[in-house]
Amino acid sequence: MALLRVSPSPHIKHEDSTRVIMADVLIALVPALVWSIYVFGFRALTVTVVSMAACVFLEAGFQYLMKKPVTVLDLSAAVTGVLLAFCLPVTIPLWMVLIGDFFAIIVVKQLFGGIGKNIVNPAISARIFLFVSYPSEMSAFTAPFSYVSPLSIVVDGSEIEAVASATPLSQLKNGIIPDEPVWELFVGNKAGCIGEISALLLLVGGIYLLVRRVISWQIPAAYILTVAAVTYFFPGSSQPIDFMLAELASGCLALGAFFMATDYVTSPATPNGRLIYGAGCGLLTVFIRYFGGYPEGVSFAILTMNLLVWYLDRYTKPVRFGGEPKKK
Amino acid sequence: MAQELENKVAAEEVSAAESVPPEISEREPESVPVNEADNGSDNNKESLSEKKKREKEKVDYLEIMKDGLWKKNPTLVQLLGMCSTLAVTTSLLNGIALGLCTTVVLIFSNIFISLVRRVIPRQIRIASYIVIISSFVTVVEFIMKAYFHELNKSLGIFIPLIVVNCVILARAESFASRNSVLPSAADGLFMGLGFTLALALMGGVREILGNGTLLGLHIMPSGYVPTLLFITPAGAFMTLGLIIAVCSVFNKNKEK
Repeated sequence: MALLRVSPSPHIKHEDSTRVIMADVLIALVPALVWSIYVFGFRALTVTVVSMAACVFLEAGFQYLMKKPVTVLDLSAAVTGVLLAFCLPVTIPLWMVLIGDFFAIIVVKQLFGGIGKNIVNPAISARIFLFVSYPSEMSAFTAPFSYVSPLSIVVDGSEIEAVASATPLSQLKNGIIPDEPVWELFVGNKAGCIGEISALLLLVGGIYLLVRRVISWQIPAAYILTVAAVTYFFPGSSQPIDFMLAELASGCLALGAFFMATDYVTSPATPNGRLIYGAGCGLLTVFIRYFGGYPEGVSFAILTMNLLVWYLDRYTKPVRFGGEPKKK
Repeated sequence: MAQELENKVAAEEVSAAESVPPEISEREPESVPVNEADNGSDNNKESLSEKKKREKEKVDYLEIMKDGLWKKNPTLVQLLGMCSTLAVTTSLLNGIALGLCTTVVLIFSNIFISLVRRVIPRQIRIASYIVIISSFVTVVEFIMKAYFHELNKSLGIFIPLIVVNCVILARAESFASRNSVLPSAADGLFMGLGFTLALALMGGVREILGNGTLLGLHIMPSGYVPTLLFITPAGAFMTLGLIIAVCSVFNKNKEK
């Protein structure tokens, strides 16, 4: 008989690596991308691929220059690139995408120490960087099913400014329930950013991630339920149910709740912490949508909660087995 | 006079913990010759004659210059005066203007505080410094209002706020109150210039990136879309962080 082997926990290991998890996230994002290509044309694909490639290239280049182990094969940079592209409008100039990628990968991720060390979500911070820096380009949304040529910014044969279209969110901000039926908003027949338009397909991707146990249910559930509760009980118009459903189906709520807020590095590790974190994201999102200067609050809400993760983890730390119970 | 100094030393024990953050005096590296007289506060038992002798030692003005402009740059190394640094540096002109105003105040307040440093009781020194500083800030403010009206408008509240700029209080506390008049004036001048330099750097970077101009002239190519983030407060923090990072890299490489 072999010698009894004694080793510290964990005793049961799983084959999951960062790469497997990130690949799952990419797979979960594919349906939304396909829908976006169907709605906006191949420029959606161009932007996504450029963003992904630039992120991977920047990360590899930076790590090579800094003489660090090159870790692009864990696909985390690729996920950042795709997520960033997903919250950009389809008509964004490609050089702005590159600036966003630079900010996400170099400033937010690598300068803080690379994967696992960034204090805020790189894709979200890059989106906010672009949003604050280039407000007009970042809020020029094309109407659905208008053809955008893949390489230049020409929409339906005309210049972009002419076809900029109001998003459901800007209508909701003024207390107007959008004309489109809620079902169409939910499926994704609306103006918006590349990856955010179809809440349905993002939900499908999110459920895939839940089934694969890549993400846990607490953050998306707490996030979406909080938004639903607040918009139902404090609606901006006279029809609470319609208003709530329109709020839930619009903007990048689904993208944020399932894919951005659940980023491992920048979300709490404890289940209770995740519930508080999700609820905080939800509250801030609605507050910004109601009272803020911008129509959409998801990215700012997640960024703010990212910064509180450290406290949430400390506050909700479970008592270890046999330890002193918490003093009331 | 000797009696007063003794009182001062005794009072230091009482007041060591109050009002001025200890790190301000701690930030003075011991190796600099000019500041060796400072260490009286750390070493109360030092005899008076020794102290006097040290004060008469030759002052190294070159060292004061290097400290102010680079080695102990008030903004980039000591991180003092962050409020005005972050708020007004939306353009190069603003940065330089506020830097020069602060320099003027710094020179005169250092001179005056150095002159009266043996008269001020230890316990109320901060209040006395503030009175001296605010007199000079008032003078500067009136001059600005009289001759540079537009500039004064764009700097707004930050001219009066020079009173509470901690660069000035820090230099008063850690240098002027322990050194004679001429070194204090030199310290004021070079610390002020160092502050101006840092503010100009911040203002320049932010104006070029955030507005595409420098001193109001368009210097970026015509297709340049200004990155507005850099003229927002968030951009100020980022610019400052990156500039400090670059400076630290330079300093570290030098040490090697």
